[in-house]
Amino acid sequence: MIAVAEQVLNGVQFGITLFLMAAGLTLIFGVMNLVNLAHGSLYMVGAYIAAATFNATHSFLLGIGAALAGTAAVGIAIEVVVFRRLYRRDHLDQVLATFGLILFFNELVRMIWGATALYAQVPGFLAGQVELLPGAPYPTYRLAIIVAGLVVGVLIYLLVMKTRIGMLIRAGASDRTMVGALGVNITLLYTLVFGVGAALAALSGALAGPVFTVESGMGDDLLILAFVVIVIGGIGSIRGAFIASVLVGVVDTIGRAFLRQLFALVMSGFAADSAGPATASMLIYVLMAAVLFFRPQGLFPRENR
Amino acid sequence: MKIGRKGVVAVVALVALAALPPIALALDQDFYIDMFTRIMIFAIAAVSLDLILGYGGLVSFGHAAYLGIGSYAVGILAYHGFGNGFLQFGVAILASAVVALFVGWVSLRTSGVYFIMITLAFGQMIYFLGESINLYGGDNGLNIQQHSDFAGLLDLDDSSTLYYFVLAWLVLCLGFGWRLVNSRFGMVIRGAKSNERRMLSLGFRTFRYKLLAFVISGAIAGIAGALLANLTLFLSPSVMHWTRSGEVMMMVILGGMGTLIGPVFGAIVYLLFESLLSGFTEHWQAILGPFLVLVVLFSKSGLMGFSGRGGGAAAKSNA
Amino acid sequence: MPDVLLETRGLQKHFGGLVATDDVSLAIETGELHAVIGPNGAGKTTLIGQLAGEIAPSGGQILFAGEDITALATPDRVARGLARSFQVTSIFPEFSVLDNVALAVQRHAGHSFRFWADARRDAGLRRPAETLLGELGLAARAGVPAGTLSHSEKRTLEIAMVLAARPRLVLLDEPLAGMAPEDSKRMVQILSGLKGRLTILLIEHDMDAVFSLADRLTVLVYGKAIATGTPAQIRANDQVRHAYLGDEAE
Repeated sequence: MIAVAEQVLNGVQFGITLFLMAAGLTLIFGVMNLVNLAHGSLYMVGAYIAAATFNATHSFLLGIGAALAGTAAVGIAIEVVVFRRLYRRDHLDQVLATFGLILFFNELVRMIWGATALYAQVPGFLAGQVELLPGAPYPTYRLAIIVAGLVVGVLIYLLVMKTRIGMLIRAGASDRTMVGALGVNITLLYTLVFGVGAALAALSGALAGPVFTVESGMGDDLLILAFVVIVIGGIGSIRGAFIASVLVGVVDTIGRAFLRQLFALVMSGFAADSAGPATASMLIYVLMAAVLFFRPQGLFPRENR
Repeated sequence: MKIGRKGVVAVVALVALAALPPIALALDQDFYIDMFTRIMIFAIAAVSLDLILGYGGLVSFGHAAYLGIGSYAVGILAYHGFGNGFLQFGVAILASAVVALFVGWVSLRTSGVYFIMITLAFGQMIYFLGESINLYGGDNGLNIQQHSDFAGLLDLDDSSTLYYFVLAWLVLCLGFGWRLVNSRFGMVIRGAKSNERRMLSLGFRTFRYKLLAFVISGAIAGIAGALLANLTLFLSPSVMHWTRSGEVMMMVILGGMGTLIGPVFGAIVYLLFESLLSGFTEHWQAILGPFLVLVVLFSKSGLMGFSGRGGGAAAKSNA
Repeated sequence: MPDVLLETRGLQKHFGGLVATDDVSLAIETGELHAVIGPNGAGKTTLIGQLAGEIAPSGGQILFAGEDITALATPDRVARGLARSFQVTSIFPEFSVLDNVALAVQRHAGHSFRFWADARRDAGLRRPAETLLGELGLAARAGVPAGTLSHSEKRTLEIAMVLAARPRLVLLDEPLAGMAPEDSKRMVQILSGLKGRLTILLIEHDMDAVFSLADRLTVLVYGKAIATGTPAQIRANDQVRHAYLGDEAE
């Protein structure tokens, strides 16, 4: 039972990491109608900067700060140079162009930091474990990620739903020209939204570094998962992204942890060794297919079309 | 059927390809034969993608999965002692078609960016599947002991024989593709790309046509996969990685989508460029990446645009 | 007693708080040209959308030749003989004019799972398409890309495509919209020639055309059908005058 609870928490932590990625993606897609495959690259850049800074200064907070600032800068740079030309183009063009960016960034980090993974350690003050229940210790750091993610999630939700800027963001999503006609600087608004999205990805990467490996291409598989999450949750919905992220995170983690054992109950160990992980890796996509089958627009589709 | 500019270009290209092996052998540059065999295999994959992407407007970002399935069909059968080429290729086509049927059936319920993401996700799913089945090498891959045996008629061990075998398939696919896109079926697919709403209002249940096109496209990519297995004699899930799908798509765009012969040139240029660059520096992807970005930003109709018949980009997708 | 080809019973459509179609019950008789008129925003296009199968009604029924088609998708309705033209021209701009009509013909000239024969050489498609273009005065433009046609020519092509389906009933959504006067007149002639051969539900703003063509009219205001009758009856109807026609109608 404890083992299950621990895996569920791991799943939630993974889900939070996913959520921070998905939130940025869904914001950017929801507002600017931009498909950005390079979002995973921003995650990766955030992880690298945080790890490198921490290794140099031994300050975790400095690492996070540098990651946020640095990745936001990179994000804004590519927004100005590449994305501004892509907003009006069709999604195929956006997909291809951002694919090119992925190749570039994956190679760039290899050029700067080498091909082997970068070591990112858990900071001292977050090391160790917390006893959530007597006899049930859980790594403090993972708990911290969950808490941080929840806090950020609430902040983003409040930003988008309750502030004036958030209102502009939502308005820009439904009618770009109109908002422009009202005198709001749309270009600046888009750059701002992109910056926020990039910062979210960077935070996710920076936090994830000590837990996952910091290496070239680390963001790409996560990116695809983030898109799965958005599809399940409904494009443009922060709430949907959150629920779907946690769902996907938990399903995936539980599947990987227990399917092999479950299968071993009914088939040979060797077969279970393949069938378990194989099915586990397919589980989320099956989930996605199932959701799409019944609700092609996701769980929380946008009404205004 | 009138042979326009495209037809002339195609014939010239195919004749040039046919002439390559003797020239390469004469110049003592044998490795070009294998290199161009590989290029032609990806050309077949690119042509198959063009059918649904260029003509159908279906941005399938998981096409490399079918290459993988075709390869694995050959490899797995060979592993279990079934070396018969007819069987292997038959299974490769069938397996790819069946998977494409399933993936298409779910994915085509959506459109626009959802479709792109879902095909991408399914492609990854199949990649992970390949990685996790340890029996067939999993992550490390699996050697294939022998080439496909076509009743002893073909010695695919010989580079030139394999080359011409692949070339024959390329010609076949181009010919079939050409008839397909100009047939009644092709007109429905192209109509659906041009104006889906109108097609529905004319009474066409577009879903079933798109699904069939998707299946055909996947099956042809499966053939390319079976050929690839014969070339490399090695099975690896990396051929199904989503970045491979991206590369095949780039070949289509680079060459000019919606032209069938364009993607052949796209494959040639892309793979030669990659080969050239990687010989130049190990960090060639840092050059290729921005190059691709520039191509997308500044050139809509690809290489075929220069020969007068551009591809025409897919209409802005609606989510 | 003329039989009813297309019927709606208590048709409703609301978008959140907005009622676009308010309990509309229509009975279109076979062979008639029935016009639906009303001020902008009255819900005419929403009505056509529901009849064509693009918009799902919130309530009520739609019957075609006695069969309940409320839940049927658009292609299935077309298969039963219900065709529709769009207010904003919807054609295949990259295809030639002939190809546009040929594709429309294709749906009803055998099946489309043919993968080898060149569709452009299919006489079963070309001849009916050429005939239709001839009837509508577009024969000279058969070979050009449809996107290069003038606005009026495009509207005419749209009609050609609708007719290629040999429908029993056509829903025409403002066919005269944006047309120059001479082209308008020609279109009215075409529509007039179709009367009797087809049943037509026509949405139009051009009152001259409407009153000269229509056998009967229905007036739609704020989603509600406030009156149905012959042109004379409608002209005399006080409610209609007040709501829509004003004092211009004589």
